[in-house]
Amino acid sequence: MSPPGAAHSISETPPTRQVDLRHEFNEVGIGEVLDQLDRELIGLRPVKTRIREIASLLLIERIRKRMNLTSDVPTLHMSFTGNPGTGKTTVALRIASILHRLGYVRRGQVVSVTRDELVGQYIGHTAPKTKEILKKAMGGVLFIDEAYYLHRPDNERDYGQEAIEILLQVMETQREDLVVILAGYGERMDKFFASNPGFRSRIAHHVDFPDYTEDELLSIADLMLREMNYKFSADAREAFVRYVSLRKTQPLFSNARSIRNALDRLRLRQASRLVADLDRVLTADDAMSLEASDVLASRVFVKPIGE
Amino acid sequence: MRITQGCFSFLPDLTDEQISAQVQYCLGHGWAVNIEFTDDPHPRNHFWEMWGLPMFDLRDAAGVMMELNECRKVYGDRYIRLSAFDSSHGWESVRLSFIVNRPKQEPGFRLNRHEVAGRRVQYTTTSYAADRPEGQRYGAS
Repeated sequence: MSPPGAAHSISETPPTRQVDLRHEFNEVGIGEVLDQLDRELIGLRPVKTRIREIASLLLIERIRKRMNLTSDVPTLHMSFTGNPGTGKTTVALRIASILHRLGYVRRGQVVSVTRDELVGQYIGHTAPKTKEILKKAMGGVLFIDEAYYLHRPDNERDYGQEAIEILLQVMETQREDLVVILAGYGERMDKFFASNPGFRSRIAHHVDFPDYTEDELLSIADLMLREMNYKFSADAREAFVRYVSLRKTQPLFSNARSIRNALDRLRLRQASRLVADLDRVLTADDAMSLEASDVLASRVFVKPIGE
Repeated sequence: MRITQGCFSFLPDLTDEQISAQVQYCLGHGWAVNIEFTDDPHPRNHFWEMWGLPMFDLRDAAGVMMELNECRKVYGDRYIRLSAFDSSHGWESVRLSFIVNRPKQEPGFRLNRHEVAGRRVQYTTTSYAADRPEGQRYGAS
């Protein structure tokens, strides 16, 4: 049941002196995962760079182990900060599979939780609850979304503090069993770390997710449409370019998530447009294309006087 | 007298690494692992006390080992066993059970002979340790 490699191979085989790096790289198969990351995630330069660095470190660490150059297991707890819809959760899922391939985590599952699942409602409820989650996450990645909710500065008797203490303890003592990723919006995470210095120092990788540029948002839209088997007609795409630049300036813009929602609304409008004319023959092409009128019907294009 | 109950009990005590591998085997089959402890190891005492709840939905043995170590901290002077429960239809019972912790001194059992009518003898076993109250049976605390 245990993964190949690990403890046995070290003691049985004499230490390796030479390693073919390319062979090793291909064997682990992270090149594939990294390429997929590049293909499927638009933009996010700093994030990808960091993931590459981590992947390289772990690869080298693997080889070093075979050469009997032991060192401590590197800490891989991470914090992801960034605005809504910048891909924090998506990247966390990817990280888990990368770490799994490199043999850093044994199972590679991601347990995604928020405050509710960690913090109890009465005295004595929190510790078992937090431990329950930790046990489920062992061998994989624990992803705590909106981690700053764990700490309620206005209420010093809040049970969140208890959950934090248990987390910190396990993060320190069972580093090889579990990777913890905290995620949240930039400013609030900064405040969270300021009031919990223990957390800040136990997390080796602080990764900041930048907002997407308009071009990146468009490529994201194209990618999403391709996955859903839709396409823009030429003028629809033009209209959508205008839509994105307008939507970006409006409040509550949440990057890729807004784009996804916009596309879902486009699909609705396209469907009702097609259904409005029942006497026509529908081709696959018709069913796939989104027209300019679908885009232009959006509320974004209305001058915001009436709102 | 060394108590032999459950799997592996005729082998030397399992190391933590071996326990962990067994647990991983159980988890791999989708069984829920429980930690139980007692200081009354009579073979007819089936109902040991549970340490926490049965652990469902675990993927890795590290979670069980964490609880086991906690349990050893508190009840290190007693018997602790792990049991794996298979909830799948048709089984719905314990599939594997083995002792993972035992007291330093195991005084063993006395065989009582009880003579009844017609020179018949009834036998029963009593644990020497169980003469003392619960919690004081195996040295410490």
